[in-house]
Amino acid sequence: MVAATTSSTISVTLRVWRQAGPKALGQFKDYAAKDLNSNMSFLEMLDVVNDELTLKGEEPIAFAHDCREGICGTCSLTINGKPHGPGKGIATCQTYMRSFHDGDIIVVEPFRAAAFPLIKDLVVDRTSFDKIMQAGGFITARAGSAPEANAAPVPKGDSDLAMDAAQCIGCGACVAACKNASAMLFVSAKVGHLGLLPQGQAERDRRVLAMVHTMDEEGFGNCTNQYECSAACPKTISHDFIARMNRDYLGATLRSAFKPEAASSGGGA
Amino acid sequence: MATLDSKIPSGPLADKWRKHKVDSKLVNPANKRKYEVIVVGAGLAGSSAASSLADMGYKVKCFVFHDSPRRAHSIAAQGGINAAKNYQNDGDSVYRLFYDTIKGGDYRAREANVHRLAEVSANIIDQCVAQGVPFAREYGGLLANRSFGGAQVSRTFYARGQTGQQLLLGAYSALSRTVGQGLVELHTNSEMLDLVVVNGHAKGVIIRDLITGAITRHTADAVILATGGYGNVFNLSTYARQSNATAIWRAYKRGACMANPCYTQIHPTCIPVSGDYQSKLTLMSESLRNDGRIWAPKKKEDAKKDPTTIPEADRDYFLERIYPSFGNLCPRDVASRAAKRMCDEGRGAGETGLGVYLDFSDAIKRLGENGVRERYGNLFDIYHEITAESAYKQPMRIYPAVHYTMGGLWVDYNLMSNVPGLFVLGEANFSDHGANRLGASALMQGLADGYFVIPYTVGDYLAGQKPGSRPAADSTEFKAAEENVSAMSKRFLTTKGKQTVGQFHKRLGKIMWDHCGMARTKEGLEAALQKLPALREEFHATVNVPGSGDTLNQSLEQAGRVADFIELGELMCRDALTREESCGGHFREEHQFADGECKRDDEKFGHVAAWEFQGVGKTPVRNVEALNYEFVKMSVRNYK
Repeated sequence: MVAATTSSTISVTLRVWRQAGPKALGQFKDYAAKDLNSNMSFLEMLDVVNDELTLKGEEPIAFAHDCREGICGTCSLTINGKPHGPGKGIATCQTYMRSFHDGDIIVVEPFRAAAFPLIKDLVVDRTSFDKIMQAGGFITARAGSAPEANAAPVPKGDSDLAMDAAQCIGCGACVAACKNASAMLFVSAKVGHLGLLPQGQAERDRRVLAMVHTMDEEGFGNCTNQYECSAACPKTISHDFIARMNRDYLGATLRSAFKPEAASSGGGA
Repeated sequence: MATLDSKIPSGPLADKWRKHKVDSKLVNPANKRKYEVIVVGAGLAGSSAASSLADMGYKVKCFVFHDSPRRAHSIAAQGGINAAKNYQNDGDSVYRLFYDTIKGGDYRAREANVHRLAEVSANIIDQCVAQGVPFAREYGGLLANRSFGGAQVSRTFYARGQTGQQLLLGAYSALSRTVGQGLVELHTNSEMLDLVVVNGHAKGVIIRDLITGAITRHTADAVILATGGYGNVFNLSTYARQSNATAIWRAYKRGACMANPCYTQIHPTCIPVSGDYQSKLTLMSESLRNDGRIWAPKKKEDAKKDPTTIPEADRDYFLERIYPSFGNLCPRDVASRAAKRMCDEGRGAGETGLGVYLDFSDAIKRLGENGVRERYGNLFDIYHEITAESAYKQPMRIYPAVHYTMGGLWVDYNLMSNVPGLFVLGEANFSDHGANRLGASALMQGLADGYFVIPYTVGDYLAGQKPGSRPAADSTEFKAAEENVSAMSKRFLTTKGKQTVGQFHKRLGKIMWDHCGMARTKEGLEAALQKLPALREEFHATVNVPGSGDTLNQSLEQAGRVADFIELGELMCRDALTREESCGGHFREEHQFADGECKRDDEKFGHVAAWEFQGVGKTPVRNVEALNYEFVKMSVRNYK
């Protein structure tokens, strides 16, 4: 790898998916990106291309981005067929032009999945993830009602494993990488994170049932154990969490069959 | 002139908050659902406020410009969150956290606000753990702590190098729960472009749907802004690219005072700038200073050399040398300026000479490479991705960068601005950090405001508003505000000039960094006050915003934000020029001690400056709120 203290200059051709709106016809368009500093990030390269397009009187390429340090999960992009590009364990915003060569043709597409409808160019709608979270991705704990933090010790191993899962940035690369457009890695990461902690036990069954149900409702596919999701995940979250979720789901389904939850949790005496 | 009544409760410091809670009016449970509260922003402060108020029974509408509340930039905070739990048995207490924060802020914050923050800090940790935030733990299963700058105790709770992420996801999960329960109406991709003030009270907002371009009016009984800081005035910063000041700036233009806008935090440990195409700077967490040692070459001729070849005797561990008692863990403003002085002396590292070393070789000797990886692995990975260098093999190169803004909209003890009904939380307000924020205190403040302060104080205001007295959305004020927003979009889209929004942002950033950055002078600030109005006029005359207003148009979004940044930049320079002293993040070269430390002038400037808008291009009015230090003696900060 080229050290950042030295830089080289490369020129590439971008083959970018352009689509004016959800119902418009989309197509690939080629753009020349010339004399790029190899220490530039991929998104900075797109900024430069967009400034040039604007000055030429063309519409810049719409793409989602924000923190540009791999944590907010806003950026997406499938680069040369790979969600978040060629690097392992990083997001598109952490991809640098030094990963490419002079003369490369780089194909840039949105994350494609039925549950992520396209908004414009490279921007997709990932509201379906929020809906899954709203269905059950939480521990109910009203402000003011929490017990003393050290009252319930959590074994370090459990806590570390929970953190491995909790690192998910909700970008949707797992869905884009999966041939079934399954959201199992995303959902299982949250189910795993909360289910590993003592605080998460009270709602454990409800959570997994509600989240899986909403996942299905939102049009995500099922897992067929190819693990492309883990390979594309910018936080390298392990597909082991999918197995863990399946176990939780099975248990919760059986338990709910034998001991149905009270029909209404509200009201009271 | 605006009236600035801080409404600080009387009585002993430690009793103020308790007393104030008792004295605050309540809204009865059946009436709460008759009040509608708008929350703008869903970072730590916004999400925690929205979910807490919804759980209490208020009708809450939450607007975020992101595609999901989970994207807010609180997510990028790395190091940790402070709390006076004293789990380490090392002498921490509420008073000590209060004192460290007041001192860290260079005696420019309100004592009562800071003490309340320290009081509720312990509740925040309880709340987050109950939500399932996976803080680092020891083998016995109890919570772990580490140290942060400006403190001599270990009170910082953390989740690897992703504490902000985990806290935000905790607050996001609470918000998601309340959205799922139908208690909060969540509007994503929705940017607030104006505040509506009716009869002097904040009663609603104007929102642009970023996907469809639709501009809509929303009424409320109270409006809460939790929209973060304005560091992107500098273009290059550790902020997310979309972080902006538009919500608070438009509120300022509707009468809310902007307090201490010149107080900006320059974080000492960021990855140095590498080229003019750069869009952002990346922070290397302050937590690294627990184990990393900062140095610069002693000799100028060593500055360009491979650092691993420079012998120990030729290295200047300047923080340890100048500040032996706090060493590498002195506060951010102090560390940043020290690094700048080394570079100004010609001893800066790297191609540009703008960098010093953060070295882990001693830590690796002590803990082993795996020990260091366990603590900071993800930060070393980030560093490697950006620079293609391994910090296990050679020291990191770091340089200060804009990281946080202590200034913001003026608020009283209730977190209400001078416009009744307008509340401001988190980084968007000015209240708790004085002139410099200590590490791991931003997360603490955001969650304190949202979970534990606003639930008490918003009721006190609403109790005085008749239920159902909200103005109608077709009232004159709402129509006028909507027209204002539409006209602005139209103007941007029809100018069709020769420069892009991004080009203007870069030029603004350069003016601000050169003249209102780490070191400020009268001449420099006066020069900036000439350049900025010219830049503003040029922007409106020659900006090129392509596309239309009725679809996703990122250039149009950015145009409004940069237009606001240019105006805000001018106010920052004016504030910096008027504040003839050095304090915390505001360093005037004319006001320093012989050793280069800040020289405050408590007699003349021991106050908050709250600016009041008078019209674009017109000189704003400078209102003053005196800071009365009843419990702590204002003294020269000493970290030596």
